[in-house]
Formats: sequence, C-alpha cells, structure tokens
Amino acid sequence: MILIIAAQDLRRLFLSPLAWALLAMAQGLLAWVFLVLVDDFQNLQDRLGLLDNAPGITDLVAAPLLRVTAWVLLLLTPLLTMRLLSEERRSGSLDLLLSAPATPVAIILGKYLGVLLFLLVMIMMAALMPLTLMIGAPLDLGKLLAGLLGLCLLAGGFAAVGLYLSALTTQPMLAGVATFGLLLLLWIIDVPRIDQQQANSLLSYLSLSRHYDALLLGWFDSTDVVYYLLFIATFLGLTIRRLDDLRLRS
Amino acid sequence: MLIKNVMKDNVLVHVEHLTRSYGDVKAVDGISFILHTGEILGFLGPNGAGKSTTMRMLAGVLAPDTGRIVINGADLLDQPQQAKQAIGYLPERLPLYRELTVDEQLHYSARLHGLDRITCRQSLDIAKERCGLTNVGRRLIGNLSKGYQQRVGLAQALLHDPPVLILDEPTVGLDPNQLREIRELIRMLGQDRGVILSTHLLSEAQATCTHVQIMRAGRLVYAGALTDLEQQRQSAQLRIGLKLPPPTANLAQLPGVLQVEALGDGRFRLYHSPGAALHRTLLEHACTEGWDLWEMTPEHAGLEQIFVDLTLGERLV
Repeated sequence: MILIIAAQDLRRLFLSPLAWALLAMAQGLLAWVFLVLVDDFQNLQDRLGLLDNAPGITDLVAAPLLRVTAWVLLLLTPLLTMRLLSEERRSGSLDLLLSAPATPVAIILGKYLGVLLFLLVMIMMAALMPLTLMIGAPLDLGKLLAGLLGLCLLAGGFAAVGLYLSALTTQPMLAGVATFGLLLLLWIIDVPRIDQQQANSLLSYLSLSRHYDALLLGWFDSTDVVYYLLFIATFLGLTIRRLDDLRLRS
Repeated sequence: MLIKNVMKDNVLVHVEHLTRSYGDVKAVDGISFILHTGEILGFLGPNGAGKSTTMRMLAGVLAPDTGRIVINGADLLDQPQQAKQAIGYLPERLPLYRELTVDEQLHYSARLHGLDRITCRQSLDIAKERCGLTNVGRRLIGNLSKGYQQRVGLAQALLHDPPVLILDEPTVGLDPNQLREIRELIRMLGQDRGVILSTHLLSEAQATCTHVQIMRAGRLVYAGALTDLEQQRQSAQLRIGLKLPPPTANLAQLPGVLQVEALGDGRFRLYHSPGAALHRTLLEHACTEGWDLWEMTPEHAGLEQIFVDLTLGERLV
C-alpha cells in the first residue's frame, strides 16, 4: 500500500513541469559549482604537492560540492513538499485516500517515500559529477559515501518537515514558506556567537548543519545518523497524528 | 454473534446514535438507521442539514464524536480497513487528480483498494463501460466536462465492486440524458447492493430510491419506504382542462373531491383523497354530461409539500 501511494506521488511529480524545472535548475547550479571547484583544484595542485598530508581532491572538490548541494536542497525541498497534503486537502482528493482501506501510517509513509525518492534522484545526479573524477584521480570513496549518506539523511529530514507543515494548512504557499523558514532556522540555529561562552551545546546539537558537517569530513558517528533518524521519525509521527486529528476535528 | 445475525438479515449498514459537532454546532445529532441489500436509500434535506457530514462519517473520512457504524459486518472504528474495503464512496467534491488521465486515476484507485494488476484491468473495463467512459480513458481529467468528471468519480466508487455505495449528490452537473443513464445505473446497482445517496432534489429521490430519510438540522425527521411517504399525502391532486366546464360547485360534488380550485380558461385543480379513483368518475361524468375533457394530469405537489413541512419543522413525524 505504501509503495502504491509512493509510486503514484512520484509519477504525479514527474507529470508536473515543476519537478523537471527543479531538477534542471539544481543540476545546472551544481554543475557550475563543480566546474569552479575543479578549476581551483587544478590551479592549486602544484602547491598542494609540496605539503605534507595535503587535502585531496575529495576534500577540495567533492565535500564542498556536497555542502552546496545541501543548500540547494534547503531551497528546493519546500517547493516540492508544499503541495503534498495541503493541495490534496484543498482539492478534496485526500478523501480518496481516507476512504480507501489504507491506514494513516501507510498514507503518510507513502507520501513521504514518494517525495524522498525524488530527492534521491536529485542527489544521485549531483553525486555523478564527483564520481566522474574517478576516471583520472584517486577518490576517497569512504569519505564521499559518508557525505552522500549525510546528504540523504538531510534530505529525509527536510522532506519530513515539509510534509508535516503541508498537513497543517490547506494553502500550499503558506506551507512552503513555513517549511523554508523552519528549515533555515534549524540550519543556522548554532550561528557562531561573538561571545564564545554563550555557545549553547543544546542549540548546536539541534542544528541540522552541524551533524552534516561531521559526516562531510568523513567522521561517521552514529550519533549524527541517529540524530537524523530521530528527526525524521519525529516529524513523520507528528504528521500521522495530524492526519488522525483531521478526521477527528476538522 | 451479533455480527453473524446481522449478516443473515442482509444488513449492510448499521448506524447507531451517530453524533458529530463542528465546534458548537451539532451537524449530526443522534442518527440511527439500517440499510439492507437491495435498498436504495435517499438522504433528503435542505442544505446544511447534515447529509454530507453523515456520509463522510459512513465513508470513514470523518470520525464521529459518538455512535457506532457497522458496515458489512465490520465496525468502522475497530476494523477500519475491512469496513472501508466494503465501501465505494463518491464525495461531494470529486477526489480526482486533474493531471492524470481517466485510466491512470481509476488504476490508482483500484490498486488502493487492493486489486492486483490483472483484476485491475477487468474491473477498469467494467466500471468504464458502466459509466460510459470507454472512449475517454486516455483523456486528462482536468480537460473533461463536469458531467464526465462526475462519471469518473462514480466509476471510481464502483471499481472494487463494493457491497455498499455511498454517493454524495451523484447527479450534480449532469445533463438530462446523462441524468437518466446514471439513475438507471444506480437502480441497477442497487438490486444486489446497498446504496445510500444524498440529494436535495425530491424528484431525484422519487426517480431512484426505494427508501427515503429526511434530515433537518442534524436529525432524522422522517425515515421509511418511498411508497409510505406517498401515502402520507393527505390529498392528491388532479389538474383538468374542460372545453365546456360546468359550474365549479358541480365538480366539488363529485365523490372523493375535497376541494376545487379554478385556474381559469376551463382549467381546474381538484384536490381529492388519495384512495379515490377520481379519474374514472371524472371521465364518466365528462362523457355523460358533455364537458369535453381535453386534459387530465395528476400532480405530485403533495409529496413536495410533505418535504417542505418536514424540513421547515411545521409537522414532526
């Protein structure tokens, strides 16, 4: 049941020009960043050779590219998720799902999986670019995979927040703006303070970006992974509750 | 045990003391009824009487505040998947995706209701043929007219061959020909299923339903077979046209006539008791006394009057 709903949502996404436009835009932006990074690396190569323990191409090209990809996802995910439930509620098509023999859990997981698969396509397309470097350069695959895992988890977190907020309102635009605001807040919540003493460890723990940075450096720490999984589970749980609430109260 | 008994009696839908409020407003207030196989139940009532709310609760889209709904032996709250499998629901706002083709939409809906790929094809073809959609399968739903969209909605409700159909205003937006076809289809489907449909058109209930329930302000004010409702009429009406009319008093003296209303131009409206075979008496008199009868039409205004009375609350049953 989950797969049926997910497949349907993915198909409907690809029927809309929006999805194609977003894919093209992301790919275009990231290709430009990638070119600049590779160019810089080539210029620096001679000097890097003189250093002991110099950063490799994975650190100087792949990791920064993935960092930019995260920013691009932060911008684009709200546009993808804003219609997920709000539009269905507005048009009344949610009634089809609610009157079908599908549990609320299956409905939400199906919707979530659908948009997540789309984001994974986007990430895969971005990952193909650093992977082409393997033709002529030694790539630290472990580091790259850690970074990609981080990116996937991050995208999962973004999508979960977007799905929840789109369940709260019947106006897609509002859901989109709220998603963007909340994601941005969680991204910069551990903004560097002038007074270092004030730096709060709880805030920095909550930050979406800190856990990602760790993975980008190749530190695979299970706390970071668990953080993202808990983050996703929390928002999915809230969404399922919200769907139940809609039947009880609306 | 109870459920088994229920099955034996062909009870498809069993509703007990259903209540639902929106904030302070009681939209549905303690409704109970039973639907058997072969019954087409018409929900009548003015706008805002709670028809749609009741149907949404029956379809499991809305949870009731209190009360119990048993559908085909499965409690909607305890075994929602099983109960929902037995329902085909056509909401007031069509649950269609405008960017899909008719085939895609129906396929998705069939898969949601647990049909596998092979049975999917067959049920799709059957449902499309029943609803007259065979030629529009590849067209986008957003480009179809309201009448066709309505038919897609109906086909979607029929797809998985549910024993209970819940149709919220199924004939909205249809032209007179489509209207006749869809009513015919509903009557046909109702023979071996249970159908609940809502409408605010009395003529629609008369044309399709075997039973009617009239709602007002969230309560049931009348429930019974359609034929019973017709007998509730205290008087029937006959409109006649005579070329050479006798004095009104003569007409009033005919057996069974309660009241005569002259409409001018040789036309009269005769109010008579429902049982009396007035048309025969009238024909005989018209022949023997040479009134030259050229028009005789039975009028059903009495039924509408009951509806108006019930829904305005002047008469409580």
